[in-house]
Amino acid sequence: MKIILHVWRQKGRDAEGKLVRYECPNVSEHMSFLEMLDVLNEDLTARGEDPVAFEHDCREGICGCCGFVINGVAHGPMPGTTVCQLHMRHFKDGDELYLEPWRAMAFPVLKDLMVDRGAFDRIIAAGGYVSVSTGAPPDGNALPVPKSDAERAMDAAQCIGCGACVAACPNASASLFTSAKVSHLGLLPQGQPERHERALGMVRQMAIEGFGACGNIGECEAVCPKRISIENIARMHRDYLCAAFGERPHGETGSAG
Amino acid sequence: MSVGSAARSAAGARSAETSKLLGFYHSPVGKKAVMAVTGLIGAGFVIGHMLGNLQVFLGPEVMNAYGMKLHETPPLLYGARTVLLIAVALHIIAAVQLTRMNVQARPKGYAKWTPAGSSYASRTMRVSGPLLALFIVYHLLHFTSGVAHPNFRYQDALHKVPAPYENVVAGFANPVVSLVYIVAMILLMLHIHHGAWSLFQSLGLNHPRYTPALRSLARAASYALLIGNCAIPLAVLAGVVK
Repeated sequence: MKIILHVWRQKGRDAEGKLVRYECPNVSEHMSFLEMLDVLNEDLTARGEDPVAFEHDCREGICGCCGFVINGVAHGPMPGTTVCQLHMRHFKDGDELYLEPWRAMAFPVLKDLMVDRGAFDRIIAAGGYVSVSTGAPPDGNALPVPKSDAERAMDAAQCIGCGACVAACPNASASLFTSAKVSHLGLLPQGQPERHERALGMVRQMAIEGFGACGNIGECEAVCPKRISIENIARMHRDYLCAAFGERPHGETGSAG
Repeated sequence: MSVGSAARSAAGARSAETSKLLGFYHSPVGKKAVMAVTGLIGAGFVIGHMLGNLQVFLGPEVMNAYGMKLHETPPLLYGARTVLLIAVALHIIAAVQLTRMNVQARPKGYAKWTPAGSSYASRTMRVSGPLLALFIVYHLLHFTSGVAHPNFRYQDALHKVPAPYENVVAGFANPVVSLVYIVAMILLMLHIHHGAWSLFQSLGLNHPRYTPALRSLARAASYALLIGNCAIPLAVLAGVVK
């Protein structure tokens, strides 16, 4: 089948970009979306043109590298999937598709459909960890975890950090990503000691990076390839508010020690 | 240490304490919490306000007695007005700050954007909010102070107690005025439709057992406000209330 693409082309971070029209005449319905772009890129290379830059790695929908906006929906029209797992059988012959990079101040475009998601790394560095001593692995079930907590923590831990939530949000808010990270550690006993500092640090970093605020409209969970729920955002708000109101200055307690 | 520097460091400690007291507000999550609490006050008020106003269907005596009762209990009237004024002011300040932040967060928009899971009401809060703020100003000038009302009456001219029944009937007899009110009530319906459940989410309250019920409740409240409030101008125009 034939697919017409309007692809965002931008040479570099500070370059002006524009949509360029390409025709893909021989698209197989069995191809993934990225395979279609691979074929396009081979044609472009053969013609001596610059291939379309897009990020990808595992192509199994689990690494979080790939992703761009297809006709205004992050990761395209199929819910619960990344673009690498989106197949051309979901499109019709003659479809015209607009491909644009994630648009956010905090995600500068590096080239074409590729953005710099370093802001996510800095949010994780601001609290998305647990400080435990390394060494021999602890005995299994030495720390009891209620089953529902473990399941909800695992649901949140499915976040692959692709950035679709930011792309879909009209405010370019990183609340779904950050809240997934806050929840997957905050629900487990290992995450308790740093639970409040984590919420404070990550929420503050989110604002420093230039992401917007959550309006609870739910676009993020609709496009999330891992179907992370906005219930996590409420949990992040809860942790943040408890932490912000209950924060004690260092040295106020602990004189016994 | 000199007296001056001791005073300075005490002042420094005080300002550090104040900044901690309001420190929650520095982040967007804190601002959203302010939006939520002030929004809850507003949502509670509009429902009570509608129930009070529906007394217009019980006739001039009941309606005007209700207005008189409010004016005879100044702590209630001025207490409520103060709380509402502060709530509306904080709601607007936080909204302006958040909106500025949100606009900056997406400097370049998409050539094509398709909503995948949000409601029309939730996407248009930024439009319904400012228009409702303008409406509130007009509404206060129209029925509370009477400046924007061509024939504003008082039931007790000495103590400046307005006659709500007569003012409502005379005010809504003008179809243009009625239309403004009906459009404003559609905006209020949209704003409450999203806001009345979203505020719980902002405060960190979301649970699979209660959130669907809260969303239904918000929808029901928004439709009730639309129907209840629009019934008044429509009844006046239809001659049912005269």
